[in-house]
Amino acid sequence: MSEPKKMALIASKGTLDWAYPPFILASTAAAMEMDVAVFFTFYGLTLLKKDIKAKVAPATNPAMPMKMPIGPKGFQDFEWPIPNLLMGNVPGFETVATSLMKKTFKNKGVATIEELRDICLETDVKLIGCQMTMDVFGFKKDDFIDGVDIGGAATFLEFAAESDIQLFI
Amino acid sequence: MNEIVHEKVLDCKGLSCPLPILKTKKQIDNMISGQVLKMEATDPGSVSDVNAWTKRTGNELVSRSENSDIYIFYIKKS
Repeated sequence: MSEPKKMALIASKGTLDWAYPPFILASTAAAMEMDVAVFFTFYGLTLLKKDIKAKVAPATNPAMPMKMPIGPKGFQDFEWPIPNLLMGNVPGFETVATSLMKKTFKNKGVATIEELRDICLETDVKLIGCQMTMDVFGFKKDDFIDGVDIGGAATFLEFAAESDIQLFI
Repeated sequence: MNEIVHEKVLDCKGLSCPLPILKTKKQIDNMISGQVLKMEATDPGSVSDVNAWTKRTGNELVSRSENSDIYIFYIKKS
């Protein structure tokens, strides 16, 4: 067997929608027998916390389709024309939109972030937390799940330099 | 489509990307070389994904068929 392919990702965002791509790609790449490292920095670092609180952010995201996870298919597929200004400014709307989104994901058989993250750990994906961001936000290693490495830009770049795929998410 | 002799069956119906691939990988890892897995999925994306996955991992896609919106894959472990 030839040398395995390598993939290096940077996960820099902490909203629910942006939490999916790094974990989907990392778990799938591992399933394709690649060596994978994901560097979690800035808001992405929150995805390493024991309890992930990622929400969708309807404010400033006018492309986000609003879907209802209940009722007949036509009703579920309908895009609710809720003005972005309203979505962004009504208190609690984020929480409501997040639970609707999570329900829709579940209905469609999409894994949760936690499930995908567990699979990443089981399949030896290297999860690296950014030391500098930890210091800035006051995060401790104990705040994170077990199995997380801590490092800086050089740690990531050393792996990325040897990688076939490098993506910034 | 005739049933192909297989050792294991994996039900991925109702699951979306990337779960059918992740579960297939996990199942194949627990089998021995030459054994065949029958995997059933409803995700239309799995057609392309299983192709790509077998190509990359060297496992063999023995056959693929479709039966009323269910995709049936037979994968032989390399």
